[in-house]
Amino acid sequence: MIAYIVRRLFSTIVVMAVVAFVVFSLLYLTPGDPAAVIAGDIATDEDIRRIHARLGLDEPFLVQFGRWLWALLHGDLGTSIFTNLPVTQLIGQRVEPTVALTLCTLVVAIAVAVPMGVIAAAKAGTWLDRAVMAFSVLGFSVPVFVVAYGLILTFSVQLDWLPVQGYRNFRDGGWEWLRHLILPSIALGTVYVALIARMTRASMLDVLSQDYIRTAAAKGLARDQVLIGHALKNAAIPVITIIGMGVALLISGAIVTETVFALPGIGRLTVDAILRRDYPIIQGVILLFSAVYVLVNLLVDLSYMFFDPRIRY
Amino acid sequence: MSNRAALLRSTTAVIGMLAVTAVLFMPSAWAQGQKVLKFIPQADLRILDPITTTAYITRNHGYMIYDTLFATDAKFQVQPQMVDKYELSSDKLTYTFTLRDGLKFHDGQPVRSADCIASIERWAKRDALGQKMAEVTDSWKAVNDKTFTLKLKRPFPLALEALAKPSSNVPFIMPERIAKTDASTNITEPIGSGPFKFVKEEWVPGSKVVYVKNADYVPRKEPPSWAAGGKVVKVDRVEWIYIPDSATAAAAINAGEVDWWEQMPPDLIPVLAKNKDIKVENIDPLGSMGLIRFNFLYPPFNNPKMRQALLYAVDQNDYVIGIAGDAKNGHTCYSYFTCGTPLSSEVGAAPMKGKRDFDKAKQLIKEAGYNGEKIVIISATDQPIVHSQTLLTADMLKKLGLNVEIQAGDWGTLITRRTSKEPVEKGGWSIFHTWLVGPDLTSPASNFAMRGTGQKGWFGWAEDAKIEELRDAWFATTDAATSKKAADAVQARAFEFVPYVPTAQFILPTAYRTNLSGVIIAPITLMWNVEKR
Amino acid sequence: MAATTLAATSIAPIKSVSPTWRRFRDAFRRHPTALIGGAILVGMIAVAVLAPWLGTIDPQAVAPIKRLRPPSAEFWFGTDMLGRDVYSRVVFGARVSLVVGLAVAMFSTIVGLAIGLVTGYMRAVDAVVMRVMDGLMSIPSVLLAIALMALTRASIGNVIAAITLAEVPRVVRLVRSLVLTLREQPYVEAAIAAGTTLPRILVRHILPNIVAPLLVQGTYVCGSAMITEAILSFIGAGTPPNIPSWGNIMAEGRSLIQIAGYLILFPGICLSLTVLAVNLLGDGMRDALDPRLARRM
Repeated sequence: MIAYIVRRLFSTIVVMAVVAFVVFSLLYLTPGDPAAVIAGDIATDEDIRRIHARLGLDEPFLVQFGRWLWALLHGDLGTSIFTNLPVTQLIGQRVEPTVALTLCTLVVAIAVAVPMGVIAAAKAGTWLDRAVMAFSVLGFSVPVFVVAYGLILTFSVQLDWLPVQGYRNFRDGGWEWLRHLILPSIALGTVYVALIARMTRASMLDVLSQDYIRTAAAKGLARDQVLIGHALKNAAIPVITIIGMGVALLISGAIVTETVFALPGIGRLTVDAILRRDYPIIQGVILLFSAVYVLVNLLVDLSYMFFDPRIRY
Repeated sequence: MSNRAALLRSTTAVIGMLAVTAVLFMPSAWAQGQKVLKFIPQADLRILDPITTTAYITRNHGYMIYDTLFATDAKFQVQPQMVDKYELSSDKLTYTFTLRDGLKFHDGQPVRSADCIASIERWAKRDALGQKMAEVTDSWKAVNDKTFTLKLKRPFPLALEALAKPSSNVPFIMPERIAKTDASTNITEPIGSGPFKFVKEEWVPGSKVVYVKNADYVPRKEPPSWAAGGKVVKVDRVEWIYIPDSATAAAAINAGEVDWWEQMPPDLIPVLAKNKDIKVENIDPLGSMGLIRFNFLYPPFNNPKMRQALLYAVDQNDYVIGIAGDAKNGHTCYSYFTCGTPLSSEVGAAPMKGKRDFDKAKQLIKEAGYNGEKIVIISATDQPIVHSQTLLTADMLKKLGLNVEIQAGDWGTLITRRTSKEPVEKGGWSIFHTWLVGPDLTSPASNFAMRGTGQKGWFGWAEDAKIEELRDAWFATTDAATSKKAADAVQARAFEFVPYVPTAQFILPTAYRTNLSGVIIAPITLMWNVEKR
Repeated sequence: MAATTLAATSIAPIKSVSPTWRRFRDAFRRHPTALIGGAILVGMIAVAVLAPWLGTIDPQAVAPIKRLRPPSAEFWFGTDMLGRDVYSRVVFGARVSLVVGLAVAMFSTIVGLAIGLVTGYMRAVDAVVMRVMDGLMSIPSVLLAIALMALTRASIGNVIAAITLAEVPRVVRLVRSLVLTLREQPYVEAAIAAGTTLPRILVRHILPNIVAPLLVQGTYVCGSAMITEAILSFIGAGTPPNIPSWGNIMAEGRSLIQIAGYLILFPGICLSLTVLAVNLLGDGMRDALDPRLARRM
């Protein structure tokens, strides 16, 4: 198993190197110029050229890439062009809200979707099944921001039960922290719920048709026990896979959710950086996302061993 | 295990869990008892240097942590701020300034003449009025730590006005070591001598800026009037919470999660009007002006007749509604100087007023020899004021039979593209829209958009020797009457050579909860004097 | 002799309905939701095609004096902040949103198919290409699309290209896994043993078995692309603003949701309905083909 992990980590590095190169090239090719943005409204050509040179944007591609890579290997993700703060600090400040949002969304989504999928599978073919599935499909047919606005209007403005926006640090009080995350998690979760519910149902259906399930039922086990004790565990693998793949989806949706709910997370940081052409932040964040994605998928693959004892690396 | 032991164990466990939960979930006691003012700023604060950038959000930040030698008051008069006494020699060539007592920077160092001189010199390298002053400056000298002189080569009546400039760039005073930074490199240390201190550890760019009251600040005794008078801070802490989504911002102030919204879109007034705890006010007496800027380098707008044609076709009333929503928040202003300021007039504005004359416009277009050249308007979808103007202008140009294309991106893309001096086929542009705040358009000194300096000037590169002559003539005037006449001449020429087309004057209202009082009525956002109950 | 000839002529010709089509037809009968989805989609496409006749006023004509009017007899869906007729804009918006969705689905399928076939067959290329695909997949798709849009100016073509690039990796994965499985099938091995050339194998054996899952995946990509276009417009990196698309209309009206909710309501309903329709259609097709596909998709 160690050999497997090492092999996976190695290919991780390869993947990230590819990502780093692609990202750097894309940004290098971009016609947008941060020097113009920094120079401001009444800048002259000269000002812009001077800032351009100072930022080292004049130098050839490989030189810039090499310099960046070298700094990266020393743990230095560069400095934001606009705020002059280190990228690592900027990311560090914004990690907590995004992680909190992602975790809460995962919890909400799994808690809602898995039962939905199980029920749909148990009652496959009936109107309940169709209703549950249609409902979940609705989840990823409606754009996230529409759901978000709807939730805000209903729960914050009309009913005044939950706060509109903002994020409270966990160490400043767990209850407030939770309250501020409820609506965003539900908004972001609707998409995820759909995916997980469908996968759970499909996978459960597959498993339920297997012989050992019939044996368990024939032995006299109660329906519930059969479903949860035997079927679910075996059905888990594709579901876990989807959860892993869905992390990228979550981050996509987080961008919109963070904008609407004014959560100071990484999604918004990245969008702002892209629109302002703050290269160091963009590069740093994309690398971070890749690393997270690859790590999550490694964990998912390792977790297969837990669910299916036949799998051994 | 016996039953009792099991019971004891489980009870202890439960109590333990409850205790941990309680501690975790108990709201922290810090920040209770403090008066915290929560404010939604107009933009996100990214650049901390108010000299290298003219961005209004950075200027507002500047007013929080810095102080100025002089300031303009509500009656447009120059008042001393950091300066205690000042005098002008009889030959009008030497100013002597003496600083007030007790002025200190946030790091504890006293404010000295050397700091003031270094700050002014850095400001003068960037600011247009400052540059003009630098041309006639012989030298700045520090007599001692509290007194310094400015020696001029020629009399410069606008010297004090320059030092009292209310809007970008403002001559804020910084410590000498920071002011010695090159004028195109952003400073990184936000240390000033102003009424608030910047809390760098709590700054989250894109989300939150935190200031605390500067307990060592010595305010003047006079009542506040714009940026002049006493700056008495009546809250303990100010948080600028940037909410990019206006619907969320409106909901937030409605729910009481923030106290003050700097600039709200006028359309959302009905949403807040229903809430008795919120007051919506126009605290900005000067407002802002929208404008259509041309690219003078290429056809069709390198021809003055084409530009003049627009004067006959643009209907400012449409732009007022498009930008401000209704007449209460905006009005027409047929002038190159902010309406409501001393130099504003309607000299030369006849083509823009009254019923629109599309026929005359089409005739001028024909005379200009327009041959179907493509007109590219660059726009920014994330700036509603820029974007609504774009759509209105495009519609009008199409009605005139012109070949128009809108190319939109975001503001970052627009300000990058407008630097391009290529023709439109190679990524250039013909028109862009923007808006400038009132204080930036009060005179030929501050209005950089109407200058004719060509390639060295503002984007669009308008070239006109005559308007520059008239501008210099204005600088040479010495009293109010001749100054007004000279300004009229400048404006008349502007309506002939049309550096840009003014579209509307509008005021973005501010909204604050009724538990706030003391909000200062001024064209700039100032946070002293504000109390929170 | 006579008996066989008689027998031959008395046998009615067999109706040549291909098995796949029959499976689809039966599946649709069993899945009314898919049928509904299909009907809605066809309806939306009709609206898009007939837009110039259905729209009442020029969707780009501004009339500031008539701004922000609620739905009425004159303006069925009300007017927006510049006085433009929302109904006309929504009707024309169908064109953009559908074009983006269908184009992305088509292009990503074609490109993904090409790459997937190649990587499925050539080991060397496989390793490199899959790392690149993994790399692309690790960047959240919306982020990738925004970054690509920031490189170029806003235009429908660029939006299609950007979203296609973000969706291709998933298609490649699907095709590749299908190809890998199909390669092991006995009839393919037999074909190789018989000396069939590679192109023939691809065309006669592999492709027909990939078409169906690809079609299903295509519908999901279509729905996802339409939502991504809306999100891109929301952020401000989407289709050019003067050309109405459902995402655009919502983005422009987002700050006014409390006073002019219809600006989000109508395009939002249209978008959601269409995406829902596409997804239901995809579900139906997938169930028709092979429920086991659900595990891979």
